[in-house]
Amino acid sequence: MNAAWNLFLTFFRIGLMSIGGGYAVIPLIREQVVEKNGWISEKMFTDILTISQMTPGPLAVNTSTFVGLQIGGVKGALSATIGCVLCGTVISLLLYRFFQTHKNSVYVLEVLNGLKSASTGMIISAAFTIILLALYGTNQPEADWLSFNRTALFLLIAMLFLSRKWKLPPILIMLISGIAGLLCYG
Amino acid sequence: MRPRIKIYLWLFAVNLFISAFTFGGGYVIVPMVRRFFVVKKRCFSEEELINMASIAQSTPGAIAINLSALAGYRTAGIAGALIGCFAAVIPPLVILTFLSACYNMFISNTVIAAILKGMEAGVAALMVDLITDMCFLIVKKKSFLLSAMIPLSFAANFIFGVNVALILLFCCFLCIIQVFYHRGKRS
Repeated sequence: MNAAWNLFLTFFRIGLMSIGGGYAVIPLIREQVVEKNGWISEKMFTDILTISQMTPGPLAVNTSTFVGLQIGGVKGALSATIGCVLCGTVISLLLYRFFQTHKNSVYVLEVLNGLKSASTGMIISAAFTIILLALYGTNQPEADWLSFNRTALFLLIAMLFLSRKWKLPPILIMLISGIAGLLCYG
Repeated sequence: MRPRIKIYLWLFAVNLFISAFTFGGGYVIVPMVRRFFVVKKRCFSEEELINMASIAQSTPGAIAINLSALAGYRTAGIAGALIGCFAAVIPPLVILTFLSACYNMFISNTVIAAILKGMEAGVAALMVDLITDMCFLIVKKKSFLLSAMIPLSFAANFIFGVNVALILLFCCFLCIIQVFYHRGKRS
C-alpha cells in the first residue's frame, strides 16, 4: 500500500479513537506509531512529546505532522494531519447540527446539559495535569514537595489575577507569562 | 470587498493567530475563541460557546481543531468550518516541519525552555479562569444532578482513570433518566 494512504488511515484511526484529548491520547498514538507500525523509535516518540509541549497545537496534530514527515515527506505530513483532524471535525459538526435542529426537544437539551457537565469535569482533569506539570515539573500525581516550584505558583496566581480582574486577553497572558518565564528562569 | 469574503478572511486570520498561541495541549483555545468571537465580534453568546466547547470536547479528536471548525461553522456555514479547521492546522504543521529538521538544537536551548516554563503557568491560569466560568454557568441552573456530575466525572477520569467515552455516555444516560423521572412525577 501507498505510504501516504497508510499514514492517512492510521491517523484517521487515532483521530477517531482519541476522545477526551490531552494526555489521554499519548498511549494510543504510541501503540499505533511505535509498536504496530514501527515508524519511529521509542526515543523519537519521547522527543516528539517534548517538542509538542514546547510548540502550539494539539499533541495528535503535532505527532501526525512529525511522523508523516519522517515517513513520507511533506505529502506524508499532509495526509497524516488531514486523517487526524477529519473525523473529529466532521463528527463535531454533525453533533452540533443535531443539537441545533432538535434544541426544542427536552431529551436533546438534557443530553447536551449532561455532556456539558461531564466535559467540564474532563477539562478540570486536563487542567489538573497541566497545573501539576507547571508546579512540579511532572504530570505524575506522586510528585513530592521537594520539586514544588514556588516561582511557578506565584506566576500562576499573578496571571490568574491579570486574566480575571484586569480582563487581559488570553494571548497577552501567554506573552506576559513567556516573558516572565524568561526573566525568572532564564 | 464583498462582506462574505471579508468574513472568510477574518475567520482565516483569527484562527491562524489563535492556533499559533495554543500552547499546552489546546484547551486555551476556548478563552481565545471567547475573546475574538464572543467579546469582540459578538458572533455568538457565551452560552453557545460553552455548548460548542462541550461538543468539541465530547467528540473524537483535538478540542482545538474541533472548536475552530464549530466556531467557523456558526459564523459562516460549511465554508467557515473548512476555513477554521484549515487555518487551525497550519501553524502546528509549519512549525513542526521546520523543527523536525533541527529539533536537537531546539530542545537543548535554555532560553526557549525558560519562556516555555513561564507559559506553562500562563496556560494553567487561563484554564483555572475558564473552568471557573464553566462551573458557574452550570451551577447557576440550580440542578443538583448537573452540578454533582462535574466533580464526579472529574474524579472518575483523573483519579480512577475511567474511559472518557464511558463517562460521557453515562452522564447523558443519567440526564435522560432524570427527564423520565420528572415526567412520571408530574403525571
